[in-house]
Amino acid sequence: MNEKKRKIRVLIAKPGLDGHDRGAKVVVRALRDAGMEVIYTGIRQTPEAIASAAVQEGVDFVGLSCLSGAHNNLFTRVVRLLRKKGAGDIIVFAGGIIPAPDIPKLKKAGVREIFPPGTSTRDIAQWVLQTAKEL
Amino acid sequence: MNSLIVRRILGGDVGAAARLMRDLDDEIPAARAALRGLYARAGRAHVVGITGSPGAGKSTLADKLVEAARRKGQTVGVVAVDPTSPISGGAVLGDRIRMQRHAADEKVFIRSLAARGSVGGLSRSVFDTVTVLDAMGKDLIILETAGVGQDGIKVAGAAHTVLVVLSPGQGDDIQAIKAGVLEIGDIYVVNKCDHRYSEQLARSLLLALEGTAPRDGWTTPIIKTEAVSGKGTRELLDVIGAHRSALVSGRAWERRSMNMARTAFMELLETGAREFISGELAREKRWRRTFSDLASRRADPHSAARSALRKLLNIKACK
Amino acid sequence: MKSARKPRTLAAPSTEKVRGKRQPAKTNPGAKLRLRARRWEADTLKRSLARLPERRARFVSDSGLEIKRLYTPLDLGKNDYLRDLGFPGEPPFTRGVQPTMYRSRLWTMRQYAGFGTARETNQRYRYLLKNGQTGLSVAFDLPTQIGYDSDHPLAEGEVGKVGVAVSTLQDAEELFRGIPLDKVSTSMTINSTAAVLLAMYIAVAEKQGVRTESLQGTIQNDILKEYAARGTYIYPPRQSMRVITDIFAFCRKRLPKFNPISISGYHIREAGSSAVQEAAFTIANGIAYVEAALASGMDVDSFASRLSFFFNAHNNFLEEVAKFRAARRLWAGIMRDRFKARDPKSCIMRFHAQTAGSTLTAQQPDNNVVRVAVQAMAAVLGGAQSLHTNSRDEALALPTEDSVHLALRTQQVIALESGIADTIDPLGGSYAVEALTDQIEAGALDYLRKIAALGGSVKAIEAGYMQSEIADSAYRHQREVESGARVVVGVNSFEIPEHPARPVLSVSPGVERLQRRKLAAFRKKRNQRRTMTALENIINTAGGTGNLVPPILEAVKAGATLGEISDALRKVFGEHREI
Repeated sequence: MNEKKRKIRVLIAKPGLDGHDRGAKVVVRALRDAGMEVIYTGIRQTPEAIASAAVQEGVDFVGLSCLSGAHNNLFTRVVRLLRKKGAGDIIVFAGGIIPAPDIPKLKKAGVREIFPPGTSTRDIAQWVLQTAKEL
Repeated sequence: MNSLIVRRILGGDVGAAARLMRDLDDEIPAARAALRGLYARAGRAHVVGITGSPGAGKSTLADKLVEAARRKGQTVGVVAVDPTSPISGGAVLGDRIRMQRHAADEKVFIRSLAARGSVGGLSRSVFDTVTVLDAMGKDLIILETAGVGQDGIKVAGAAHTVLVVLSPGQGDDIQAIKAGVLEIGDIYVVNKCDHRYSEQLARSLLLALEGTAPRDGWTTPIIKTEAVSGKGTRELLDVIGAHRSALVSGRAWERRSMNMARTAFMELLETGAREFISGELAREKRWRRTFSDLASRRADPHSAARSALRKLLNIKACK
Repeated sequence: MKSARKPRTLAAPSTEKVRGKRQPAKTNPGAKLRLRARRWEADTLKRSLARLPERRARFVSDSGLEIKRLYTPLDLGKNDYLRDLGFPGEPPFTRGVQPTMYRSRLWTMRQYAGFGTARETNQRYRYLLKNGQTGLSVAFDLPTQIGYDSDHPLAEGEVGKVGVAVSTLQDAEELFRGIPLDKVSTSMTINSTAAVLLAMYIAVAEKQGVRTESLQGTIQNDILKEYAARGTYIYPPRQSMRVITDIFAFCRKRLPKFNPISISGYHIREAGSSAVQEAAFTIANGIAYVEAALASGMDVDSFASRLSFFFNAHNNFLEEVAKFRAARRLWAGIMRDRFKARDPKSCIMRFHAQTAGSTLTAQQPDNNVVRVAVQAMAAVLGGAQSLHTNSRDEALALPTEDSVHLALRTQQVIALESGIADTIDPLGGSYAVEALTDQIEAGALDYLRKIAALGGSVKAIEAGYMQSEIADSAYRHQREVESGARVVVGVNSFEIPEHPARPVLSVSPGVERLQRRKLAAFRKKRNQRRTMTALENIINTAGGTGNLVPPILEAVKAGATLGEISDALRKVFGEHREI
């Protein structure tokens, strides 16, 4: 009964030095339009700041975007820090320019899903809604 | 289990506090029990509300106040409220962007809340969130409203000190002056003070405030800031501290605290009553006669409502 | 002096009224044409539509401008040939900035490149030059762009990724090894650390024995669009503007052939803006730079001719061609009327163009070759002075050598086989292109007025105005793609199952380790005292009003690193945070 009332809360973050935030901002709005509460950190965030924000905000999901090629390093650091802060239950997903060979490595490191360029935001929202059911 | 959560939060466990805030926001009944343990330990923090029109620079100002407070060694909580989209029920909580540089500072806890359709714009769980931060021992709690229409007024019942932020050149500020924020501000901030119209705004504000009598022995000052560069924000924090001292020495602190408690209490009563009534009205069968009497003009709405209220409130209300 | 151009309204003005004022009604050719047009609509068109309806109820450009079924002289409204189009090489430069355009000299084919270490990038440059490229364009990695040395904690994972890592003069020397700096022109995409990279470039040239005065090239140095769209800022806006005007003044004296800024709409467009917004925000930023330079005491004609621009060449062909032409005309008018430039050269908008990275798709990447060709043609027909064509695989990763090669060949085919470079502004006079040019100009003027009301570009950016306008456009675009209202071939139509098998280039993590080692050795070798003195000198100059470039040049020569110099300035200027 109460489960129905739970809102999905998502933190969208841009780790690293990359300033290309078009995709991140579009996803923020798309998730809002899918009924979620979305917190956006802005660009140029350290993995530490992202993990702290995720914990303070009590989110269910963290969505990471990186187009600079630094994703392997940055995404895995965010996952590791979340676990260290006792927030390993927060589900991490990601997007950006991620070469195909990197995807299995990132998934193994704890990134639940990777959305490559050209993914429809509806698919992302649908995935979040679906995945939220297991929470 | 609840006492464990309470102990952890009192011990400064950010994760436990954040989860409790979330449960309170989602109205999980068990969370309310945990809050009981925290409520008794809260009541020490100085709650500062910030209101003002969108674009006035509230978040940037809040960020700079956090910085100034941290320099003084104070611990800080921030609660930032943004509106919920009436169409999707979702929300973009964007105030954090401007304060995110404090994210990794353990002595700062920033929490974004969506208004979630609560009447008056302050999120229903604002009071609870503030209680948790207060119980965690934060010295200063900054409460930033979404800043549209009535929310500004509402914040007056949720804070010890109310900052009204205005910035020149937006045209709507004089409107805001007229719209009743003059009654609620303890401190007026003219932000973006390097703007060519800032003097003009400060003057018209001064003029408008002239007639108002000092409240709680405090004459409302007008402070000029430029939040983007941080100009004037340290002075502003000093004035906020001075307001607290004035409240305490004038015995108005208790009065404000009582008023805040009253607002929170009223909010819960109203919400409870509204939910109870809409729950009752949902049981269509019972009310069908009343509705048809009203529709066919056999009864008038005022009398019908009064007799319904009498009937409903006699029943043991509220779960 | 010609009369000031009147801004036009978005709606096509009534020809009848305008012509009616100028000429007696009975000899009015517009009236006759209008009559015939109405008759065509009522008869021929109506019959055809009944049989064969149009594909859509409404056709719009990428920017949302309504595209009419047919353009005729009636759409040219108040357009006056001599005033609005004129001749190439003469104000208002609508038809082009040089009298002969590509008949004398083709545009500079300038492929943006850089990755990994200076040594690897140097090899790519030599490859490109050997293959007929005529100018260099340096891509720096993000730490270099944001003022962190390769061994800074915030650089972790980013070293050599989106461009070459340059922390020291030694890196810069390796980057240009064997490339004669007096022969090539070099464009550097560098903004908040532009002064440092410029200083390194000068120092390398001096070591090669090249005179500073003969250096040709461009530094991007456009900080305003970094706050609005691209994100590689360091200092707050006002302090950044001071560094920029210092660079202007320095270049005017010491590097007269160098463009000290490239005012960029490219990234504004990539961030999601419309064509109109791209033109408007770029020009608004240009106005802000001119104002800052004037405020610093410079005379408009002493620097204006060295201002250069950088635009996006996007998909919507006619709109893009019109955009370039409109921007040129607008700028000429602003320089003449608002800033009272006396030298016609001050009114010239020279620009570099790059095809639109955001239109590249990860799906069916070979389709990107075609997109790039169409976009490149728009840039050429729009009169670009230099051009970068994107590689087909850039939505997947860094481009491979094969892909870069193909992108360069695309330009060469356009230049030497298509014939479109053989006459000047061949689309000038097209009813559609001229009408769109007018429309874009009018739309941009609307924005310029709004920005002026907010207090200019710096204030508008500080208030988040440009950012939110851009984000709104980006979201609208995305929704159109997802609803199918906007077709992206291979993405929302004509999709096929694909396996990403194409080889992609990746930068090895070894680059970071190598850079760290090199930096440590470099720092050990230098004269510490001399370095520290030079850095203190920067701090003192930054606290005062002197020109910052000479002490930065001195520090570079004294072995100070890019990160150390940036830190020195951070101490005085503070740091900007996202708004």
